[in-house]
Amino acid sequence: MNKGIISLLIVVLGMGFWTNLWSVSIQRAEYGQQLAEMQFAVPEDQQARDYLGLKGKGDVFKIPEIDAQVVIVEIFSMYCPHCQKQAPAVNDLFAVIQNQSGLKGKVKIVGMGVGNSAFEVGIFKKQYAIPFPLIPDEKQAIVNTLSGVVTPWFIGYRFNKDGSYNVFYSKPGGFSNEKEFLATMLELSGFPAGGGS
Amino acid sequence: MKRSGWLCILLLFGVFALSQNLSAVSKALEGSIYQVGKLQPTDSVLKVKVGDTAPDFTLKAVAGGGVTLSEYAGKKKVVISFVPAAWTPVCSDQWPGYNIVKDLFDANDAILLGITVDNIPSLFAWTSRMGELWFPVLSDFWPHGAVADTYGVLRTDGTAERAIIIVDKKGIIRYIDVHDINERPPLESIVNALEKLQE
Repeated sequence: MNKGIISLLIVVLGMGFWTNLWSVSIQRAEYGQQLAEMQFAVPEDQQARDYLGLKGKGDVFKIPEIDAQVVIVEIFSMYCPHCQKQAPAVNDLFAVIQNQSGLKGKVKIVGMGVGNSAFEVGIFKKQYAIPFPLIPDEKQAIVNTLSGVVTPWFIGYRFNKDGSYNVFYSKPGGFSNEKEFLATMLELSGFPAGGGS
Repeated sequence: MKRSGWLCILLLFGVFALSQNLSAVSKALEGSIYQVGKLQPTDSVLKVKVGDTAPDFTLKAVAGGGVTLSEYAGKKKVVISFVPAAWTPVCSDQWPGYNIVKDLFDANDAILLGITVDNIPSLFAWTSRMGELWFPVLSDFWPHGAVADTYGVLRTDGTAERAIIIVDKKGIIRYIDVHDINERPPLESIVNALEKLQE
């Protein structure tokens, strides 16, 4: 093989690598912004309200109002078999976060039941003993806004001290190892290894 | 490290990256859902009404054998869920939800029968993706859509409406919802209808 062909292979395969790295964490980045601008009903459940620590006082909230440095949103549906299978792993992810003092209260998870009524979200919460807040999508706002979204779809937000945020993750599909997934999310978010201040 | 060593590492990274992209593509193909677009909400004329005796039928089940509606008389209420077609968007996200609420059906002494006008092999392939369903899935394929037609929920294109029909233990129709085909009927409407029959 001559040097020219080898060089070409390196360039092509190298491009594949870097393109893949980029696409691994961000697909349909607009979903993050669209979701952040949407309003959802504040949960009636006091435990859910305490967990979210919403800064606003009204009956509705937006994701950036959640009191956290990193928020991982799972867009799910009670009707989605993949979400059903994924539920125990997401519960484990929540437990791992809650068991680390450097993460608890700073990294939070919330589920958005795309196209699901409050009743349907309640069924999912009960059947899989979901410990974090699940927000219904009674008026199908997510369905109508996030065109083409599939479930489960995870979106990661990093909130800055000035109130701004950036979307560091937006991708369909789940995960099998909660610790690896969390490590990826923390690394991509830039969250300090020892916990944020 | 020698130059050839670096080359090997780069090549390995590249091959890994390309393989990841390929797997992403194949995962997307796993969906295999045909997008039907926005359809006319309903496209049939009901031939039954609440209070009528439910027309009896026997249909082949994906699990094998046949299921006859009248076999449940005196034993179970029957929730008949007609859905338009396999491998279409809303239908594919309807029965998997019912699959996690067997306890709600049990609590109301009810069985669910899922019916489409697809043939058994298509239904087998489709429902296999949903996991193990606890309720019978029945094929109204041949004579094509005959049961759907008897109830008046066969659309002019040969698919069924997205309809829920609840039959009590006496074989009487107690609830009918021919739903907008583009939307999934809320689960609570079925549960509420079943609970009213308990009263």
